[in-house]
This record gives sequence, structure tokens and C-alpha cells, in this order.
Amino acid sequence: MMSERMIREALRYLGYGTHKADAGTLGMIRECFEELGRTAKGRMAYRVFGVHPAEDESGCIEIGSMRIESRSLSKNLKGCEKVILLGATLGVETDILMKRYSCTDMARAVVLQACAAAFLEEYLDERQKELSEEMAAEGYYLRPRFSPGYGDFSILHQREILLMADTARRIGLSMTEGSMLAPTKSVTALIGLSKENQDCNIKGCEACEKTDCAFRRLS
Amino acid sequence: MLSERLGKELLFFDGGTGTLLQERGLKPGELPEVWNVERAEEMVEIHRRYYEAGSDIVLSNTFGANALKFHNSDYALKDIVTAAVANVKEAARLGVHDGREAYAGLDIGPTGKLLAPMGDLSFEAAYEAFKEAAVYGEEAGADLIHIETMSDTYEVKAAVLAAKENTKLPVFATMIFDEKGKLLTGGDVPSVVAMLEGLRVDALGINCGMGPEQMLPILEEILKTASVPVIVKPNAGLPKQKNGETYYDVRPEDFAEVMVRIVKKGACLVGGCCGTTPEHIREMVRQVKDAADFPACVPPVRKGHTIVSSYGRAVFLGEKPMIIGERINPTGKKKFKQALKDHDLDYILKEGISQQDHGAHILDVNVGLPDIDEKAMMVETVKELQSVSSLPLQIDTVDQSAMEAAMRIYNGKPMVNSVNGKQEEMDKVFPLIKKYGGVVVGLTLDEDGIPDTAKGRVRVAGKIIGEAAKYGIDKKDIVIDVLAMTISSDPEGARTTLEALRQVRERYGVCTVLGVSNISFGLPCRPVINANFYTMAMQSGLSAGIINPLSEAMMSAYYSYCALMNYDGNCEEYISRHAGQKAENAAGAEALKGAAQKNAGLSLKTAIVKGLKEEAHHAAREMAEEKEPLAIINEEMIPALDEVGKGFEKGTVFLPQLLMSADAAKIAFAVLKDKLAETGGDEQKKEKVILATVKGDIHDIGKNIVKVLLENYSFDVIDLGKDVPPETVLEAALREDVRLVGLSALMTTTVGSMEDTIKLLRKEKPDCKIMVGGAVLNKEYADMIGADFYGKDAMQSVYYAKEVFGG
Repeated sequence: MMSERMIREALRYLGYGTHKADAGTLGMIRECFEELGRTAKGRMAYRVFGVHPAEDESGCIEIGSMRIESRSLSKNLKGCEKVILLGATLGVETDILMKRYSCTDMARAVVLQACAAAFLEEYLDERQKELSEEMAAEGYYLRPRFSPGYGDFSILHQREILLMADTARRIGLSMTEGSMLAPTKSVTALIGLSKENQDCNIKGCEACEKTDCAFRRLS
Repeated sequence: MLSERLGKELLFFDGGTGTLLQERGLKPGELPEVWNVERAEEMVEIHRRYYEAGSDIVLSNTFGANALKFHNSDYALKDIVTAAVANVKEAARLGVHDGREAYAGLDIGPTGKLLAPMGDLSFEAAYEAFKEAAVYGEEAGADLIHIETMSDTYEVKAAVLAAKENTKLPVFATMIFDEKGKLLTGGDVPSVVAMLEGLRVDALGINCGMGPEQMLPILEEILKTASVPVIVKPNAGLPKQKNGETYYDVRPEDFAEVMVRIVKKGACLVGGCCGTTPEHIREMVRQVKDAADFPACVPPVRKGHTIVSSYGRAVFLGEKPMIIGERINPTGKKKFKQALKDHDLDYILKEGISQQDHGAHILDVNVGLPDIDEKAMMVETVKELQSVSSLPLQIDTVDQSAMEAAMRIYNGKPMVNSVNGKQEEMDKVFPLIKKYGGVVVGLTLDEDGIPDTAKGRVRVAGKIIGEAAKYGIDKKDIVIDVLAMTISSDPEGARTTLEALRQVRERYGVCTVLGVSNISFGLPCRPVINANFYTMAMQSGLSAGIINPLSEAMMSAYYSYCALMNYDGNCEEYISRHAGQKAENAAGAEALKGAAQKNAGLSLKTAIVKGLKEEAHHAAREMAEEKEPLAIINEEMIPALDEVGKGFEKGTVFLPQLLMSADAAKIAFAVLKDKLAETGGDEQKKEKVILATVKGDIHDIGKNIVKVLLENYSFDVIDLGKDVPPETVLEAALREDVRLVGLSALMTTTVGSMEDTIKLLRKEKPDCKIMVGGAVLNKEYADMIGADFYGKDAMQSVYYAKEVFGG
């Protein structure tokens, strides 16, 4: 799978911004997506929990045994009764591939890294579409994905999300002592479920308050 | 006795525990193991119901009882494990009424962490955690150790070794496969079976992940290669989700019906996993007793496959010939020796990767050199190679300690090179094979040297096979090397070798290897004679040639042989190789012409600026004919790199282009370096820079980018890798007396260890400058943790390094 959108995303991760890419880089991007299509094994594990976002401005949210203080997340979850906790990964195969190119062809390693990020997002978008249909049957609408590290939602909550979604056993996704996901091309996220349909197309990047970010998506 | 019944009688395990605990109020995130103490009566009750349902083996509630997973300040791990085993034993006393022997199994599950090199848990740390649980379990009176739900061959190896080395109990191991028969970490069924049998587990199999129906084909796969009794413990069907809750809905009678088929197929131990209840087990026991030849099970059949494996794949020897790549070996290779002395692992890894790309199936690894610590180097090389290649490795050393250390940390069932017919050697090597598993190369020489005749070599082969048998090492795990001796000194050398090959295969039915190119020492045009001898050797029964996969002649011989002998279905490999080659040759010649024409106007400088590797190589060679290498570097290459670097800063050149230029420059440098070596000129003295990704951090791509660029600017980079403790950085800085250290960190969570590293360096090596970089850092942050310089991108680091060394 390789869409124009994915190529644009890969270029954005590579720091091209609105600049045009040269033919060499574009060719390499295409090859990397093809290689990922052959080797990357997208896997996702999720579980649904009840959620109680605070009504006030404190930003306190309780999900199962997890307590989160985050204003940006509580804004995202406003009006939600439930929340999906998920982890997804492209597996160790992708890490091995990146390490291999780091050894033999650094330019390709860098391009592959960007493509893998775009590939993972695309995989999540597709899975989210499926989830959206499933949940619609139960009368729920999905909010945009929100990951630890976005806004003031602490990255440290990854640990709990991994445990609650049981990702180590189900998809082989775990975390290092330094709170890094392993395998490296992985994501944890929350998706709010609400009975009311909010028409919100804004994804994580545009919703972020850091407007001077070098990698900001410019639509 | 359990061990006496294994493989003769059918034995029943228990079913799931998690669901039953949840029904009784276990909350998500709560540690189920605590129930062993706090709600012991209920645990006994759950276990008792399984014994009453007919289970012979009930597992303790200790799935997560290891120091890496069980974090609870109220209870010591030992108390939990002791109570857990006691609960099972109490349940047996209460629940077994028919006088049958009942067993309490110590359950061991995964740590929930990913092992290095992909994660940060070391093999040794995993081993220690499993050891602790195993020892407590045995002390508490467990009858066996059951390691289950493993999805990583490396982790299960740590667990099995810990159980085997520290207890006397039988050890079972079961893995979690997906419907395609793959582990989450990529391993397939034969690779898992080969490794576990090599480690001498008492039974192995599959649990969790799927229902009984989906496990049938996996069981068939396992039975094709397994010689030990096989365990099958399915879930009550595939997991289903409703409202986000996972549930399983295969009813006891349906579950039991498939379990009957599983038993008839050949499983010797059966039970249930997630979602199965005492009712499932009761029904399974009832139906199996009715339908099968109870109490007998289908006896396991010994299999004779010679298999070597890695975490990702298994290689079968004996049918189609396989290729063992010989290039990771310093013998006669000046550059390789230098790489070993310089601890240049990248060089070694590249040799591995290129051999894989050229068609090798197994990689020989020999890093023996008089001046280096071979054991440490061997361990490091094996670990690193396994992080970039899934090919099985052949551990090639005469140093027993290096051999053992490498076998221990190897992820899979290695090939080991070698043992020979000397008693002393066999006494040393065979215990290692028995303990760690492996396919060992037996050289046909002994105390009397290498026999001159085929008959003599066959006799030594027989001696080796016989001695191995005393250790319980099957001949399938011995491959014989009848040795190729150069025909320039022994005219009968080739005939003797070929005859010995034939006889060894015929007489003992074992597989064979041969260092093929030895045949031509001292002769001109060696590839020609090597390739012909290679074909003859394959025809005489060679299972795996140790050859150079980069040799066109050898690979042509190999692919031709496979096509001719119908090992290459529809000649596919042959056609794809040579059809491609023809087209490539034609196109290649044209491209070369085109490139040459283009190159007429393309200077080395332009080639580097544009990031064209081939052209840079070509231009550098041409230029080196006329000009001094140092002049070329200063007048062509450095200006080119500067131009690209400036463009990168201005935002007109982007990272991939910067690196393509860097790679092109690297190739040109290599050409010039060779030229310098030829002419005996001195290289410039290089300034040393240490690079490391700090402890706790496993993202090293940024550091690798900086490395490539620094090397372009002639710095000697000492790359310490990722997840590097502060002490290691200091130790290297002191040892090499380095004046500049670069550190990278990706996340806020790892900047702390960056700060620790800086503090340590400041204290112990104050003359050392420190530059930092990484996604999470900025100038203020870098100042705060006491760094000398913040490199906002890779080029800034280069400029700073030049500044530090006054360049």
C-alpha cells in the first residue's frame, strides 16, 4: 500500500515541508514503502474501558485504574462515555530492516524510518475505520486518536496503556525502562467513544498547540 | 514418576485460570498472583475443580511471578511462589479421589519485556528472573516446570536454561503461534522445535492464541520435526470482543470433540488455556477416554532432520545443498584483521549482510586473532549479526570458552565449528552440544593427524559419531567434514575427499560440510578449479559447502547444480538469476557506457554533491591515477561535502540528499584509502570522537547520521551503540583518551541518563568536551544538563567537532 498521501507524510517527516523532493529521494521512498509492504507486520491490540472525564477545568480523567491529568486530553474526550485503549506496532521485522540499512546505506535508513512512521499511521487509520464501523453498530462515534506525548498528556501513561490493553502478550509490544516502545515503530493511543457525532476531522498534528514545530503538517 | 510416563501415557493438563479469577472479582491491572496468599482458599478451590475434572497436571497461579513483572511491595516473590505451589498440592490432596498420580506444575510466563537487541532486557537479566522463580518453585515442591505463552525464542531459551541449570525438574515449554505458524518475533515451527529440543526440554508444544481447530495444522507442523512428547493447550476458540471485552465461546463438548482429534494426531499432553473451564477439561477427559486408545498416547517418533536455526528461520541440511558463507573470517584478510583490531563491527556486519544478499543460507563466524579477546568479540559479533540478519550462524572457534559463551547467548540452534576425533577435543565440545544444542561439525582428524585415505577419514567420522552417542547426541546433530586438501601438494587430495564424502553419507547417513576452496591453494585462477570441485563435491553428497557467496563462479556452480538435480523447482532460481543477469549485462554495459559518457563531464566533486555512488567510485579511481589521494580529498571531496552541508543548513538540501552525498563520499574515500595503502602513503592522523545513545534509549538513528557525517570529515568515530551506561562512555573516553563525546537522547524520559553521563565525564575526565543532540533537546535544555554544545542537526555536530580540534 502506498498512496500519494503517505509519500507526502514521509516527506514531511524527512523535513521537506513544502519543498519539492528530488527524484532520487522519491524513488527511494517508493522502494521503502514496497519493502515495508513485504516485511512489516502491522498488529494492533485494544480494549474498551469506561471513562469519567472531569466536568470542571482540572483535567482529571479516570480510566479503569489509570488516573490522567491532562487538559488537552479531557478536551478531546469531552462528552465520551467510553474509551478505546490501543497499542499497535510494525513488529521487530521493521526494526531489523532499519538496523540493516543503518549499516549499509544511511540515506535509505533515514528514508525507511520516515516511511515506517507514515506506514504505521496509515495502518492505524485503516484499523480505526474498521473500529468505527464496529462501534457504530453499538451506537458510538469515534473521536480522533490521541497519544501520550500529545499536548500535556504525559508520555509516562504509555506503561499503563500497554498493561491495560495487554499488548506484550497479544502483539509483542512492550516498553523499555526509559519508557520507550519496543519494537520502536509502535504507537499507543486513546480513542474516545461518544453517543453524539462530532464532526471532527482534525488529527493529532493539527490539534497540537506547538504551532512552530518544524514537522507540522501544512494542509 | 512423571518422566517415566511422558510419551507413553496420555496426560491431562488443567484449563484457564484468568477467567475464573475474573468471575470472582479480579480487576484489570490487579496482580492475580497475590491471590495465592490473600485468597488462598479460593485458589485451592479452583485448582481442586480441575483435579476433580480429571487433570493430571495442574499449574500454579504464577504466570507473572518473576521479578521483572511482579512489582508488589507487600509480598516477596518467594512467598508468592511457595504459597502458589502449596495451593496446588493442597488441591490435589482434596481433589484426586481415584488414587492416580497428580502433579503440581510451576507455571512460568513471559517477562512482558522485549529482549535486547530489539528491546532493553538483557538475556542474562531474563535468565536471572526465571532462575529465581524456578528455584523457589522446586523448593516449594513443584513436580515440573511449565514455561508457556512464549512468543520469543530468545526469552524461552533464557527460561529453559534457567530451569535446567538450577533445578532437577522436568521442563516443558510451549509457545504461542499465530494461524500461519509464526511467532510474534517471526520464528517458524521448525526453528522453535529445533532450538527447544537442542536445549533438551522434556516436552514442547503450543498454547494460547487460538482455539483447538486452528491448532490442528500447527500440531501437524510440530509433529513433522519433533521427537519429544508434544503439548497442546488451546483457548476455548478464537478471542471475540463485545463491548471491548474479550470472550471465548467454544462450548465444552465442541472443544472436547476437536481435542480427541488432536490426541489421535499425536499430542501426548493436552489441556486448555484462556476461556477454558473445569467443564471443558471434564468433557475433554470423558471424550478422549471414550474415543482414543486411553491411557496410551500415540508414541512420539524420533525424527532425523539435521536442522540449524535462528530466531527467524530454520535451515534443513541433507536434501538440497546449502551455502555457508565463509567471509566472516580474518584468515588471509588484511582488512578484516584490521577491522577486528579496530573493533569495527560495522565492517563485519556488512560482510554478513552482503553474503545474505548474495544467497548464503548460514553464516560462518570466526573472529579469532591472537591480539584480541576472542570470547568477548565472538559474543558481541553473534549478538550484532543476529540484530541485522535472520540467517543461522556457524560459531567457528578453537577457543572453548568463546564457543560456550557464544552458544549460550545465540538465539536459536547454532552450527558449531568444530570438534574432531581427538579424545580431548570431544571431551570438551560434546558436553556443550548436549547442554545448549547445536549441530556440530566433526573434522575427520585425530591424534594421528589427517588420514591419507578415504577409509581412514570415514573411520574417524565413525569414531566421532560413536562418542557423541555416549552423550545422547544423535547423529542428526553431527555433520562431518572430510577435509579438502590442496591438490598442489597432494595429487590424490580431491579424489580422497570425494570418496570419503560418498562413503560417510552412505555408511552413516549423516550430513557433510567442506571448506571447498582449500582444494586449490597454490594454484593460479583458483575460482575455476574451486567451482568445478564444488560441483563434484555436491554430486558426491556434500550437504553444505563453506564458500564465498560473492564468487560468481561458485554461485554459478551452485545454481546450475540445483537446477540440474531438480532442487530448483521449474529452474526458477536459475532462470531468475541468469535471465536477470543477461538483461542486466546488456543493460549494465549500456548503463556503464552511459555513465562513462556522463562521467566524462562529471567530476568527483559533482558526483558527491549529487550523491551518485557509482559515479563517485568511478571518478575517484580515475582521479587517483593522476593525483595524490590527499590532494583529491582536500580539493575535491571536502569542498563537495561543504557545499552539500551549507545547502542543508540553508534548507535547499534535505537529509536524504545529505546522506546520499555522504555515502558517495564514503565510497570515494575507500578507493583513496586503498590507493594510499598500495603506495605506502600515510593516512592523515584522525581525531577520535565517541558517539553513544544514552542508557535507556534505543533510538539511535540520529546518532548514526552524525557518525556517517563525522567519518566523512575524517574523524575516527568510536561508536558505542545504543542504551549505553554512563560508565561505559567514561571507560571508553579514558581508554582512548578522547577529547570529544557526542550523546543522543530521543525522549524526556532518557535525558536524565544523558545528564548522569555528563556529570560522570565532568568528574572523571574534565578535559573532555560534550556535545548533545536528539529530538527532545534544545539549547536551554542542553545548557541545563551541562553540555558544552547542542547540535540542532548533524552538520552542526560536524562544525563543532572541527572547532574542538581546531580544524
